[in-house]
Amino acid sequence: MVSRSTHDHKPLIYEVRGGVGESPVRPDGTLKVKGEFAYASDLWLDDALFGVTLRSPHPRARITGIDISGALEIPGVYAVLTHADVPGTKHYGLDHSDQPVLAIDEVRYEGEPVAVLAATDPHTARRAVGRIVVSYEELEPLTDARQAVFDSSVPPIHPDGNVVRNQPIRHGDPDTATAEVVVTAEYEVGMQDQAFLGPESGLAVPAADGGVDLYIATQWLHVDRSQIAACLGLPEEKVRLTLAGVGGAFGAREDLSMQVHACLLALHTGRPVRMMYGREESFFGHVHRHPAWMRYEHGATRDGKLVYVKATIVLDGGAYASTTKAVVGNAASLGAGPYEVPHVSIDAYGARTNNPPCGAMRGFGAVQACFGYESQMDALAEKLGLDPVEFRARNAVSQGSYLPTGQVIDSPAPLAEMLRKAAATPMPAARSTMELGELPGGYGNTTHGEGVRRGVGFGVGIKNICFSEGFDDYSTATVRLELVAGEPVATVHTAAAEVGQGLVTLQGQIVRTELGVEAVTIRPADTSVGSAGSTSASRQSYMSGGAVKAACEAVRAQVATLVGRAEPDIQLTGGKVVSATTGVVADLADVLADGAVEETAVFRHRPTVPLDPFTGQGDSHVQLALCVHRAIVDVDVELGLVKVVELAAVQDVGRIMNRESLEGQIHGGTAQGLGLALMEEIQVTDGRIRNPSFTDYLIPTILDMPPMRLEILEYADPHAPYGLRGAGEPPTLSSTPAIVAAVRAATGLPLRRIPIRPEHITQQ
Amino acid sequence: MDFLRPTTWADALSAKAEHPDAMPIAGGTDLMVGLNFGQPPPPALLDLTAVGELAGWDRDDGTIRIGAGVTYSQIIAELARECPALAVASRTVGSPQIRNRATVAGNLGTASPAGDAHPPLLATGALVEASSVRGTRVIDIDDFFLGVKRNALAPDELIRAVRVPVAAGPQQFAKIGTRNAMVIAVCTVAVALDPVRRSVGTGIGSAAPTPRRAVEAEALAAANLPWSSGGALAEDLARDFGNRVAAAASPIDDVRGTAAYRRHSLAVLARRALQWTWAEMTGGPR
Repeated sequence: MVSRSTHDHKPLIYEVRGGVGESPVRPDGTLKVKGEFAYASDLWLDDALFGVTLRSPHPRARITGIDISGALEIPGVYAVLTHADVPGTKHYGLDHSDQPVLAIDEVRYEGEPVAVLAATDPHTARRAVGRIVVSYEELEPLTDARQAVFDSSVPPIHPDGNVVRNQPIRHGDPDTATAEVVVTAEYEVGMQDQAFLGPESGLAVPAADGGVDLYIATQWLHVDRSQIAACLGLPEEKVRLTLAGVGGAFGAREDLSMQVHACLLALHTGRPVRMMYGREESFFGHVHRHPAWMRYEHGATRDGKLVYVKATIVLDGGAYASTTKAVVGNAASLGAGPYEVPHVSIDAYGARTNNPPCGAMRGFGAVQACFGYESQMDALAEKLGLDPVEFRARNAVSQGSYLPTGQVIDSPAPLAEMLRKAAATPMPAARSTMELGELPGGYGNTTHGEGVRRGVGFGVGIKNICFSEGFDDYSTATVRLELVAGEPVATVHTAAAEVGQGLVTLQGQIVRTELGVEAVTIRPADTSVGSAGSTSASRQSYMSGGAVKAACEAVRAQVATLVGRAEPDIQLTGGKVVSATTGVVADLADVLADGAVEETAVFRHRPTVPLDPFTGQGDSHVQLALCVHRAIVDVDVELGLVKVVELAAVQDVGRIMNRESLEGQIHGGTAQGLGLALMEEIQVTDGRIRNPSFTDYLIPTILDMPPMRLEILEYADPHAPYGLRGAGEPPTLSSTPAIVAAVRAATGLPLRRIPIRPEHITQQ
Repeated sequence: MDFLRPTTWADALSAKAEHPDAMPIAGGTDLMVGLNFGQPPPPALLDLTAVGELAGWDRDDGTIRIGAGVTYSQIIAELARECPALAVASRTVGSPQIRNRATVAGNLGTASPAGDAHPPLLATGALVEASSVRGTRVIDIDDFFLGVKRNALAPDELIRAVRVPVAAGPQQFAKIGTRNAMVIAVCTVAVALDPVRRSVGTGIGSAAPTPRRAVEAEALAAANLPWSSGGALAEDLARDFGNRVAAAASPIDDVRGTAAYRRHSLAVLARRALQWTWAEMTGGPR
């Protein structure tokens, strides 16, 4: 553990238990472990109807007729709605409203919602939805993203065209740059799913004012609300959202799923409407990670300095725009990786196709590029005869380096140190037993040591934290300090979505540290307070943490005023108002006796700018975060089966706010990266998903995920609250290329597509 | 959907006779998944979990009679010595929670080509005891699997038990999956040696429309293994055996793997399994 802080913290008095830096018990932890936590799928009202969705069986077709009469004849059916019943705007979207609430005359992906239906119970609803007759005229689907981008003869599948964004990056003089050693290769990344455990669920309740109250598992209440209100044709204040228990998100809940549908059905029937996707439906009901095709050319000097990077990155966004624009921005701006490269030329494209829509997933465009550039770094190191760690360290960015976007890294970026720490991590002992659980194939009993070769690999990733490219990114928090039964109690209210990452725990920690009050109540997240922004981009500790901290400071200032002092002089601790110069000034309880103190703060990070559309230049990112992985694998080279023996991670987080939660994020992110390396792929053929279930969409089990060694660094970012650096995504980037590098080392194969399948190793 | 819950075997057989389209359910680990996937529900469910007679196993003259209610967890814990290949296969089924509920009889009822229990039953020459109000018959495992998810049971029959010979020699089972646990087989192989009869049994799964034996491979090994000398297994023989096992398969390309990979890995697994069993029998390292 290294703890070196370059940031001057205001002296905080840690007399209260459970403050910043500790790992207090999560308020939702015991309930979740015991199976008693109420998730969105547990929502229930006695008189609620059940809503279901009729989806397109075709990746692309013209709708020539919809006959709902058969469904309406079924007793217990209350409503069948199509696009004609959408009273407001008929389209929605996070960045660009191009996706119809219900298909209008055409379907553009398999599983696109065509109609919704409400009935007394799930069984009746599902039976009735099968009686809706939709006539389709099938059309040839466009399923090749490169064709969508580069073949101008292909007719557009959407009025807005087949290219969502093309973002070039031009840095130095890439057109004339030459190098002594050149490595060129093409790479592919399959379509990964977020695979959250709690399927999409919500409950819409019609309100007396003509509006609607929606209880929903989501990542960003306010952006849901603005889209829902527009589609319902209601003013935003008549659409009120409350966060329901969220069973994981990883980006998949950033886009709307059934939000508008449930509200439409509730308003139409005048009854509460509950919707809950099944597992199979969930695979069709949310966006996935963009599959990628990438061509990389790297040039270096013989002594191992990068000269240039030229890359083409094509990301398949599927049928609608979702967040493809921002995903392309990340892949482009971070496409050369955390390395100093004098000359860079990157062209990143986001395509529209008739494949399943793709949008946000942990790592968001940076994951795909990371597999490309890290594979190239290994290939270059091999060609140069250099150790892959040493080669990376020679080219590693540090504070003061330029990204290819011209942005200067203006906070610590100790990549070379991180690489050396990862390489110096003790190696696990050689396998000493023939315990099946320790071997490739596990209890499948496929080897007793035959064909097993060990490999070691390294991977490095760089991820932007918070929203980039000029987005007005902010969070709002209200903190109230009052007496309850004679004791000071703090209440925090934000709209920030707890999706399992531990934000509610952290909010309490910040309040305890800032206000010296142990009893902290976190109110349910809802839209009666200002937006907190999205629970994504590793941003909530930074943004909503920052907002809670700012609100606490405002409360403290108000208390200071009440005791006739200036805020900088005053600390609140142990129930006392304490002056740095004169000691205890008052009992907090006495100050609060006349009434509560409540303050609301809006926190913004420093502004960013969009990338120049032609050169890709601009200070587009708020904060950058690094992670390094070392992977050790055993591969049964005869069968192509892989056992990841150990993963070590070195990550700089600026400041450890809650070690237990942080380690959980690193473990979880690493596991998700392992999944992408070795097994996780939505297999799509001709626009159709072939494995929409957890039977055939495989995610790592505890027997696939090895023990980890973590080294967490704390080089504070002077721009960020508490000096912290967002931590949830970076480990998802670097674990994938590290594992693939280790498998390459064990097999000697190039392995340019992920996930690696056994037949890629045995070459069948 | 009717729900029938007999408490005696006689009542269960009567219920099945009256409702031949009733679907028997024990652990429900396959049936309930299917229902969740939206498969049309059967007209009735015949719950066998209250039939006490099915719950245990017994030993009779060199045969283990495994009741239809016996779970994989029980087999792992209680029958690893008597039925080693079946016990290893049981360990690869699902997760601990699944193994606590799922049964071999259920696997046979579903008759999936991917059923993990089937290759060991084929390799060891098991018998399926099928009962109805008309009486009980014994179906040779070789005659049991008729097609993809089709078996030899008559509409009024229920599986009472499966009879597995006590192992006469070393047995092995191996299963390929694309993760290290909780996975449907890409392909499986079971090998059983019988040094008394000097015979070799095989079973392969997830590699043809039904689980099947690799008869030519069995004959090759039986004829060429150095039974008398107990000498080392020749590398060539192991390899030929593996290739013949692979040749017995008719695999397909699907989301879980390619036909070519299945053939290749069957050859590797069969070769290794024969080597392990022979080494165990002759006292060498496994």
